Amino acid sequence: MKRAITWLFLLSPILVLGLFAFSTRWFYPQPFPVEWTTAAFSRLLGDRRVLLAILDSLTLALAVSLLSVVVAYPAARVIGMRAFPGKRWVWLALFLPTVVPVLAVGMGLNILALQTGLSGTRPGVVLAHLVPTLPYTVLTLAAFFSRYDEGFEHQALTLGAGPARVFCTVTLRLTAPGLAVAGLFAFLVSWSQYLLTLLVGGGLVLTLPVLLFAAVSGGNPTTIAALSLLFLLPPLLVIAATSRFMAGHPGEFREPIG
Amino acid sequence: MDSRTPALYLRLAPALAATLIMLGASLGYGVAQSLGYIGAIGARDLSLDAYTNLLGGQGAAGREFWVSLGFSLWVSMTSTLLSAVGALLIAAWLTDRPSRSGTFALNWNLAVPHLIWAVGLLLVLGQSGLLARWAGALGWIDGPAQFPVLVRDRFGFGIILHYVGKEVPFLTLIVLAVLRTQSDGLLRVAANLGADRWQRFRLVTLPLVLPALTAGALLVFAYCLGAYEAPALLGVQYPRALPVLALDLFTNPDLHARAEGMAIGLVITAATLLTAGLAQRYGNNA
Repeated sequence: MKRAITWLFLLSPILVLGLFAFSTRWFYPQPFPVEWTTAAFSRLLGDRRVLLAILDSLTLALAVSLLSVVVAYPAARVIGMRAFPGKRWVWLALFLPTVVPVLAVGMGLNILALQTGLSGTRPGVVLAHLVPTLPYTVLTLAAFFSRYDEGFEHQALTLGAGPARVFCTVTLRLTAPGLAVAGLFAFLVSWSQYLLTLLVGGGLVLTLPVLLFAAVSGGNPTTIAALSLLFLLPPLLVIAATSRFMAGHPGEFREPIG
Repeated sequence: MDSRTPALYLRLAPALAATLIMLGASLGYGVAQSLGYIGAIGARDLSLDAYTNLLGGQGAAGREFWVSLGFSLWVSMTSTLLSAVGALLIAAWLTDRPSRSGTFALNWNLAVPHLIWAVGLLLVLGQSGLLARWAGALGWIDGPAQFPVLVRDRFGFGIILHYVGKEVPFLTLIVLAVLRTQSDGLLRVAANLGADRWQRFRLVTLPLVLPALTAGALLVFAYCLGAYEAPALLGVQYPRALPVLALDLFTNPDLHARAEGMAIGLVITAATLLTAGLAQRYGNNA
């Protein structure tokens, strides 16, 4: 019984979206669609704008997760493994973006991007997405490093390996799981980001959430549902891939505040 | 490797710099623009006009400011209270019969983007949505127009439903995390002493989880106050939530409106920072 409720709860968003996305000529008051079709998907996937949006969303989110992990790595390592004066303040500063509303950040970054010529460019959007993603990558990696044993690195150094070799053959391999999870979180946060893309991309960088938002304001339910399913697919895959990690760390992942 | 202090701070630099430069610059530009300093048009006279307009109820922004503030507070407070109560109930239900799939479901729900959640609500609760169709098929209503307006309604019910659906899982996980760190010894002692189910909940469980739940609820409140997507998609033109009003003014071609939009953005930021500070306090005392 409880299992059934859980699964219904889990699948309900997908079921509802699927009902509308695959239906055609579903007239009121038919409780369920009588005719099914994949026309909405072929229409969307034949639309250049949608294909470019998928491509843009993917490349932006990948670039953001890579950059976010690279920037977070040194800081997370220090935070996870060392005690130092001012640590509390460092935490506070790094977590500030989770409480400042994205709207306020976005309006300010809109002006900053205009001043620096990054407005309407993909690099500008990638940098802007770092603001909401960094707290999550730092948190995830710092948690990982608090259980990390540096001894292996020392041993490799003692055996005569250079720092670069130690990093590539020891550190990278040992930290790969943590890096992957942090990267996936950053990917998710960036993938679902709407406001920052809009305000820094200035309507020139059209990601899936931007298209979806516009469609919701004036599109038909079938298109909206189909677009939503396309948008939901990567988060679904990511959650499936990381569910084992999350089972041990409930509540560590949530969408950015804002 | 080496733990000399300068090297240590150097490693913090990339993340700190990225965060503080972008956050600082955006807030700095925000303050400057809200005071009327707009470099692009050479406006360099600083004034508090935007703020006095808002608070004094003058101009296009001022007329809507107090209404929007009231609406945002109503939506955020109701959502927070309902989410906290819902979280307590579900957590109590889940701890009685602990299961992995329950926690997984909650985690999964957190990962569904807000945008998708709002779309789902529109498709289910809209007047031509799933429930309206079912009600029509069952003969309860004669046409879509008879279905109650539950989303895009002037009372913000749709927005509240959105937040409750999204934040109940978040708060439930917080409550569950507290309950898991406690052994069930206290509950057994209470039961031995003759406390019934309700007394055990009220006198043992509730005091245990209340500090963490309060801190979490304050974070939820801060989030609801500052979030844009749900009120933009599930709200009506009037009354509008503060973030929706702020962005509308900010993108207005009239540059005075821009300053007022920024000012509202900063008012929301101040309110959320204050609330988050309170949450931090509660969390630390927990």
